[in-house]
Formats: sequence, C-alpha cells, structure tokens
Amino acid sequence: MTESVALRAPAHRVSPRAIGYWTVRASFGWLVLLVAQVGWLLGDLGHLGLRVGVLAGTAGVAVLHLVVMPQWRYRVHRWETTDEAVYTQTGWFTQERRIAPISRIQTVDSAFGVLERLFGLANVTVTTASAAGPIRIHGLRNDDAQRLVDQLTRTTAATPGDAT
Amino acid sequence: MTEVGTVVATGAPWQRLSVRMLAVHPVREVLRAWPVLIGLLFFGRARRVDGGLWGLVALVVVVLLGLARWYTTTYRVTPEQVQVRRGLLRREVLTVPRDRVRTVDVTASPLHRLLGLARVVIGTGRSDRQNDGLKLDALSTADAERLRTELLHRPAAVTTQTPVAPGSEAVITRFQPAWLRYGPFSLSGLVIVGVVAGFLSRLANEANVQFGFLETVAGWLARTAVWLAVVEVILLFLVVVAATSTAAYVVAYWGFRLSRQASGTLHIMRGLLTQRSITLEERRLRGVELSETLLLRPVGGARCIAVATGLRVGRGAERGGSLLLPPAPFAEAVRVGADVLGDPVPLTVELVRHGPRAARRRYTRALVTTGAVPVAFGLLWWFAGSPAWLALVALVLPALGVPLAWDRYRNLGHALVGRHLVVREGSLVRRRTALNRDGIIGWNLRQSFFQRRAGVVTVEATTAAGRQRYAAEDVPAGLAVPLIDQALPGLLAPFLDDRLGDRA
Repeated sequence: MTESVALRAPAHRVSPRAIGYWTVRASFGWLVLLVAQVGWLLGDLGHLGLRVGVLAGTAGVAVLHLVVMPQWRYRVHRWETTDEAVYTQTGWFTQERRIAPISRIQTVDSAFGVLERLFGLANVTVTTASAAGPIRIHGLRNDDAQRLVDQLTRTTAATPGDAT
Repeated sequence: MTEVGTVVATGAPWQRLSVRMLAVHPVREVLRAWPVLIGLLFFGRARRVDGGLWGLVALVVVVLLGLARWYTTTYRVTPEQVQVRRGLLRREVLTVPRDRVRTVDVTASPLHRLLGLARVVIGTGRSDRQNDGLKLDALSTADAERLRTELLHRPAAVTTQTPVAPGSEAVITRFQPAWLRYGPFSLSGLVIVGVVAGFLSRLANEANVQFGFLETVAGWLARTAVWLAVVEVILLFLVVVAATSTAAYVVAYWGFRLSRQASGTLHIMRGLLTQRSITLEERRLRGVELSETLLLRPVGGARCIAVATGLRVGRGAERGGSLLLPPAPFAEAVRVGADVLGDPVPLTVELVRHGPRAARRRYTRALVTTGAVPVAFGLLWWFAGSPAWLALVALVLPALGVPLAWDRYRNLGHALVGRHLVVREGSLVRRRTALNRDGIIGWNLRQSFFQRRAGVVTVEATTAAGRQRYAAEDVPAGLAVPLIDQALPGLLAPFLDDRLGDRA
C-alpha cells in the first residue's frame, strides 16, 4: 500500500579529513600483520614461494582495503538532527541507519581520541536507555561536534520523563 | 542505584536480619569453603600437624565472620527509600529510592526453609550486568513477605484482563502435572549430565577411583558389534538426559504459579526444593516473548518470557527471573502471554511474510556454510588422498541445512497490531515477541552488501527491556519504512524522500 515511501539519507556529511583518519587507523592493524609476515619471510627457510605469495597477497588486500574502505565510508557516513530526532547512517560494506527520538536520549558525550585530535576530529555518542541503541557519529570537525552536543543537550533538557 | 552515605532524617528504625540466619551462614560458608578445608586437612597431615585442629580454626573464623556480618548488617524502609547498612571495617550505606524498585525476588533454599527464612533481593532498573540489587540474606519468611508487599504496593491503576479485587490476587496459571511431559524436551538436564560426567571422569583418571558398574558396561560394549555399541551408547545417553531433564524440570518448576496482584504486580512462585518468588511491576512490562525450541515444537510446547525494563533476559532455565511460564502446552503459553499483554491478538495473528528474497538468503546461507564441509573433504580426497567416505558422510550437513533454511524462512515474519509490534524468527529456537510500541526507543536499519543487492533490510527496534533489541530480519525494503512509520507515527516524517514526501 505504501510501497513508494523511501527514507532519504541524512543531510550532513562528516569532515573530509575523516578519510585520512580512517586510513591511518586501519593501517595500524595491517602493519602488525605485515611486520609479522616479514619476520616469517626472513626467519625461516623452505617454502619460499608460499611465504612470498602470502605476503604479496596480504599486502594487496591491505592496499585495496586502505584505498577503498575510507572513500566508501566517507560516501556513506552522514548525520542529521532535528528537534524531534537524531538520524545517522554509518558503515561501508554493511551499512546501518539509526534513528532515535530526542525524547528518548539519556546522555550525549563527545570524545577526542589521540589519533582523532591529530586530524582535528571528534566523535559524538548519543545513548538511549537501550543497550542496543547508542548512536555514534565519527569524524566530525571539533567545532561541529561541540555545536551538536550543545544543541542536543538543550533539546534533551527540554523534554521531561525518564525516557524508558 | 546506590548512593553511598545518603542520610535521610526519618524515624524509621534500623532492623537486623533474622537471628536464625546465624545458623545458615556457617553451614553455607563451610560448604563454600570445602576445597580449602580439604586442602587444609591434607596439608596438615602431610606436615604431621593435626589437620583436625586447622579445620577447627577455620571453622571458628568462618563462624565469627558470619556473626560479624549479622551484627553489622541492618536495613530500614522509609516512605521514600530502602536503605541497607553493612560492612565491618568498610561501612557502606546502600540507598534505593522506593519508586525505582522494579522487582522483589524472594528465594528460600532448603536450608532456609528448614529454618523459616528467605533471602530477599530488591532489584532496580539498571540494565548492566553488575546489577545485583540490594540483598537481604536472610529475613524470616513473614518479614520477607511483608517487605515484598510493602515495597511494591501501589494504588491499582492498571487495566487488566484478569480482574483483581483490591487486596487480593488472581491466579493466571498454575503448574499442571501434565506439563511434566515437556520435561525431557527442556534439555535442562544436559548441563547436569555434562558436569557429572566430567566430574566422574576426573575422579576415575586422577584419583583412580574404580567404578565397577561402568567397567562392566564398557566391557560388555567392547564385546558387541561397533554399530550396535554406538546405538546402545546413544540410547543410554538419551535416556539419561531425558531423565535428568525431567528431574531438573520438577526441581525448578514444581508448584509454579503466576498471579496478578491488586497492586499492579505479577507474582511468580516456583520450585520444589529452593522456592523462589518473584514480584514484577506491570508498569515495567513492555511485552511478552513466546519461545519454542526445536525439540519442544514437535510435542507442542512453549515457554513464555516477560519483556520488562530493568530485567535482562538471562541465560539458563530461569531466564534471569523473567520466565512467565516454563515449558508448557503452546495454547497455555499463548493464553498466559495474552493475559499479561492484555491483548490476545499479537500472539496469534498471522504475520507478514518476508518474501522470496528473504527465503533465497536463508537457503544461500545454509548451503554455503554447510556445503563448505563436504567440499573441503572432497578436495582433501582428490588432492591429499584422504578417505572418500568422509566427504560422503559430510553431505549430511547440507542435507540438514536445506530443511533448516526452509524452517527459518517459514518462521520469519512481523506484524503491527494494536499497541504491539510483533516479530518472529529462528528455527533452533523460534521466538515470537510482542513489543509494546511505547517501549520502542529507537530504530536500527541494517543492510549488508548482500542485503542491499537482495533489496531487504533488517529492522531492529531498540528498547530498554528484555533483550534490548528485537529485530525483523530481511524485511523487503519497501515494507521497512512504512512499518516504522506506522509503529511510531511522525518520527520519520522529516527524513522521508522529498519526491515522495506527499505521503508522509
């Protein structure tokens, strides 16, 4: 009956600097793996072809991941708030949209990780009374994050009730 | 939950726990400390020191600790708060505002019952795992009952299906001996069998204890044909599991009774040896879950579980205290659930199916996961020369996977009826949950790459109650948005596509 109704994406993109941030963050894990494999390549004898092949394969997947994932993420990650609701879209391979009414918000936190600070970024976490429903917005510019927290805190304070 | 050091100026007197508890604690401490005590005994013997003396010293320490605990623990109930003071060296005061009390759990182990005692746990609405509430161990049975009614007594303002006269209670369901036929299928004995078997094997291996009976059986099995021995072992295992499961069912649920009290609470009582009584506020109730395991379904059995805030659905037979009905006839589970919900429709209504694309995903997933095993064995046979029968036997897995996928699809569905969102999923455990729309505090719409290609989306309603999230899996994308829009009207309105926005 209502087949034609569609949900549009949230209005705002995150900061483009998030692409660099996601690349660096993901490269740590790959580096650990590659260093271990280089150690294996130098240390042992025999099956040289296999070891080189595995290392080359890992490096290939790592480069592909580091090139594709941040760009894809940047195209997906979006957020929007109104006076009634918070709406986000996150992920890349698996994507998720989360919507929570402002009236059900319990806490609004902003956090600045070490790596995020290097890129001048921040993340905002909006929690509800459900353990399954925290809404996280990563890769916001510092001042955007601050403004978002202020706005959410104000609108949340205006709604009474214990939000369960 | 607890604010340490809050002082409230009221005249309510501080009360002690029951003196009879002094008889309980030493016994229990000794039971709890038995590995240490045995260790002390052996240690003492090895060093030629009198083991009995060490045991006696330990016993005295344990008794003194129990005495100190009794002496230092006091509680009181003021018009606004429940407070517990405890601790010998580190004094603490735990305070819970009375309107935050959501459950009162009264448990009496056989030892408690012998002495007319009961342990009271006052639960608040915290959803985290460390929530152990306020424990009072132990009060006299009369005091516990008085505390229970006093804490959850509120003027009745709820509309209920089973009418309740003020100051009385209406029984919704009580244990029927006929329910025992679901005992063997509850599998509650499987864990017990595992634990006992593990214990016996360790005893046999490490302490070199001989079990003449088991050796006779083993010797006899060794003389029979292999296939016969396998069949016999399986049969024996099934009989033992069925018997222990039935026994565990009786111990846990004998005397089960669910009633509604005039103060707007549900009262659950059960247990053969350890008696447990759980009181649960109806205004915390956000829905009901019907759960049927694959074993219970052929015999027509189901459990009924409460979805309430501040009451996480736990593991084990007790489901964290939220169990409204142990394995019992399906019709009875529906009747109990309908009575608790105040609406029979959500538990019986025909659900909206999720269509051929959801079905295809079920088959793909089942065949990819179960098909990988025979393929792997086949490759091993072809390249590494492992026996071919391994691959052939592994073909059983995809053969089982197909009916499982079919059943998983058949059970998938959702509906929106009256005040409730209904979702159903699962095959090994089929769950139908009716969640009150007022209890929904957010939505997660998740799509993997493959779900996007198939045009389906997993719609998750988040809530502060029960499992915290209830998902309708693989809903056709066209149905997802209307479902949310109708469940919580207006929430999505600003986010609907402009081109089609005239609908919203």
